[in-house]
Amino acid sequence: MHSFGYRLNGLLTFSLTILAMMCAIASLSDNLNTPSPSAEIQIMNINWFQKQPQGNDEVSLTMNISADLQSLFTWNTKQLFIFVSAEYETPKNSLNQVSLWDAIIPAKEHAKFWIHTSNKYRFVDQGNNLRGKEFNLTLHWHVMPKTGKMFADKIVLTGYSFPEEYR
Amino acid sequence: MDWQGQKLAEQIMQIMLLVFAVIALVAGYVLGSFQMMMIIYAGGVTLTALITVPNWPFFNCHPLNWLDPNEAEKHPKPQVAVSSKKKGTKK
Repeated sequence: MHSFGYRLNGLLTFSLTILAMMCAIASLSDNLNTPSPSAEIQIMNINWFQKQPQGNDEVSLTMNISADLQSLFTWNTKQLFIFVSAEYETPKNSLNQVSLWDAIIPAKEHAKFWIHTSNKYRFVDQGNNLRGKEFNLTLHWHVMPKTGKMFADKIVLTGYSFPEEYR
Repeated sequence: MDWQGQKLAEQIMQIMLLVFAVIALVAGYVLGSFQMMMIIYAGGVTLTALITVPNWPFFNCHPLNWLDPNEAEKHPKPQVAVSSKKKGTKK
C-alpha cells in the first residue's frame, strides 16, 4: 500500500475476487429452491397426416398447452427456456424425440400461461412408422441463471396416439 | 502515508469490502433482486475506494522523522575498507 496506484490496484483486484465469490454463492442459493411446476397438453386436432414423397411420415397438429412454471423462478433466474417434444419408439430407433414448439419466458409473471398453437417445427418421422403409434409429449425446461449453474428438468405426459390411417 | 497508515488503510479496505459483500448478498436474497445486490456492492466498492485510496491526513498520525540535511552532512557515511579486498581477488 505504498502509493495511490498500488492501493487502487489492490482494491480493484480484491473487489473483483469477492464479486466472483458472491456470484458463486448466489448460484449455490438456487439449490435451496424447491419447485413445483405443473403442465397440461391437449391435442385439439390432427390437421393432416401424410406420407411425404421421400417416404417419411409427416403430421401437423394443433395443441393447447397450459402450464404453471412460476415456482421455477428464483432471484438468480434470467429466463426460462421451454420446449415440447414428442417421444416415441420405432423398430429403427429405440427413442425418437421430435421438438414441436418452444418459447422463452423472460419473467415470473409470464410463467403461468395458456397457448393454443399448431406445431412450430415440422413433425417428420424417419420412415413411415407413425400410423397408430402411441407417443408421449414431454415439456422440457431449462432454468437459465443470471450467474452460475443451469438446471434442466421435464414433465412427461403420456397417452397420446396417432390415427390408424393417413388423412 | 506512514507505515501505520498503510497498514490501517489495507485493513480498512479488506474489512469494508467483505462487509459490503455480505450486506449485498443478504439484501439481494431477501429482496429477491439480483440488481439490488450489484448496486449495493458497487456503492460499497466506491465508498471504500474514497476512504482508503487517497492520501488522507488521518493516515499520517505517526509520521517518520527524516533527518534534516544539515544534520546529515555532520555525520558522513562510513567508508568500506577497500585495499585488503583487492589483494584477495588478484590472487
